Amino acid sequence: MTELPAATQRSMGLVIDLDTCVGCQACVISCKGWNTENYGAPLSDQDAYGAAPSGSFLNRVHSYEVQPEQGQAQLIHFPKSCLHCEDAPCVTVCPTGASYKRVEDGIVLVNESDCIGCGLCAWSCPYGARELDLAAGVMKKCTLCVDRIYNENLPEEDRIPTCVRSCPSGARHFGDLGDPDSEVSALVADRGGMDLMPEMGTRPVNKYLPPRPKDRLAGNNPQDIDLLAPLLSPVATDAAGFLGWLDRALDKLPGGER
Amino acid sequence: MHPAPSVIVFTTLSGLGFGLLFFLGLGMPAARGMVAFVFYAIAFGLAVGGLLASTLHLGRPERAWKAFSQWRSSWLSREGCCAVAALLTMAVHAISAIFFDHPLALVGIAGAVLSVGTVFTTSMIYTQLKTVPRWNMFPLTPALFLTLSLAGGALLAGQDGQAIWLLILAGGTLLAYWYQGDSAFSDSGTTLATATGLGGRGEVRAFEPPHTGSNYLLREMVHQVGRKHSRRLRWIGFTLAIIVPLLCLLIPVTGLALKHSLAAVAVLAHMVGVACTRWLFFAEAEHVVGLYYGKR
Repeated sequence: MTELPAATQRSMGLVIDLDTCVGCQACVISCKGWNTENYGAPLSDQDAYGAAPSGSFLNRVHSYEVQPEQGQAQLIHFPKSCLHCEDAPCVTVCPTGASYKRVEDGIVLVNESDCIGCGLCAWSCPYGARELDLAAGVMKKCTLCVDRIYNENLPEEDRIPTCVRSCPSGARHFGDLGDPDSEVSALVADRGGMDLMPEMGTRPVNKYLPPRPKDRLAGNNPQDIDLLAPLLSPVATDAAGFLGWLDRALDKLPGGER
Repeated sequence: MHPAPSVIVFTTLSGLGFGLLFFLGLGMPAARGMVAFVFYAIAFGLAVGGLLASTLHLGRPERAWKAFSQWRSSWLSREGCCAVAALLTMAVHAISAIFFDHPLALVGIAGAVLSVGTVFTTSMIYTQLKTVPRWNMFPLTPALFLTLSLAGGALLAGQDGQAIWLLILAGGTLLAYWYQGDSAFSDSGTTLATATGLGGRGEVRAFEPPHTGSNYLLREMVHQVGRKHSRRLRWIGFTLAIIVPLLCLLIPVTGLALKHSLAAVAVLAHMVGVACTRWLFFAEAEHVVGLYYGKR
């Protein structure tokens, strides 16, 4: 069972747009909520109201600063969850067969009634996608909301992972990355979607869209960037009236601008 | 990586136990009766005690038996199967040697091979992990586990001649492991730049972590305590595990009592030393997931 399938019929996964993610953490909260209330052991918290709270999360948003050689630094919010790898090392290391990759859609899942909580799969994952739930003693990971995407009790627009559904900036996309004609595949091709840690040989299904280059000020001439600039030239160069008198009076004091 | 006491105790004790079983299986010494009983009691005590300790770090130890099922793909499962096969085979050998005064040579050889195989499968659990470059060093990591296990086994079995050479071999392997391990992370080529895919745009720095508190990943894989003492602990571990036992073996002494007490010192020093190096094996190992948190 823990042998990986030679091929999957579909490769369902996420495309995460680092250009549009605003780091609002909505996906983190909706993921924690859905996956606590639905399939499998709830995502527990330890010392939730104490001095050192911690808990299980299947999706976390990091923030990175990228400083180019020239120009200004850029802040990039970076959601990270299971990438549902084609060559998932977490599946093959599992001693009990609890971890598996589904043939029909490529989703990597944990059968919680077989998991012994040895933690080896979490060690084998380079992305930190798996967390051992300290209350249940079993490994938790992103299920790609397998209990939503095929759930006919939900309205059709809700049959997507909850992180995608809740994203207010449209930074998360869900679809079949094995189908070259799918919308997510087109997005990946169009925007140069990339793998995380390709050197690990995990062949992730999830792709990340790099941030677009930021607009730059073309030069020092304000007319280059603003068509209205000529019309908005300063009305008065010298202050007049009371403020003008104050300006001149203060300049006459020692240290003032003469 | 977090140096869990249960895993350190397990790999240290079971390594020694299976090392001793290897020599007992080969008939070195060809003990019978009560002497054999004492040897096998020590060997099984170490090997089984270690295996039991290893179940302490499981989240659901009551399901540990399920771990025998996935030997086709999982080194952890192979370890479990190999350990049970080795213990059962050596139990047959032990019973015939202790109670029937008739060691079964072929069973002993099979048990010896399975005992070494168990240590090898243990080492492969760590060696297979690309995510921990310091462990992902084939054949150095398996060589480290095997030479330490065999050297300790030879010490316990009283095979002084073999023990000297195996200790020298284990010492050399330990030094090579440390030397290559120190550059393993940078040699792996994994950086925050490849982890985020943003390296081509500039220098990437972890700006803000996903949460203010700690989490399972940080506790388990970004353990940093003790790395600052690594130089001193290497000296202590190497001295106790290799140099002290070697000196005990090489000092010419007369009298059985003195010889036995020196042997006891050698064994105890070796055990503490191996536990110390095993602690470093975990504490010094850096997991690539730490990069996402701007740590190692």
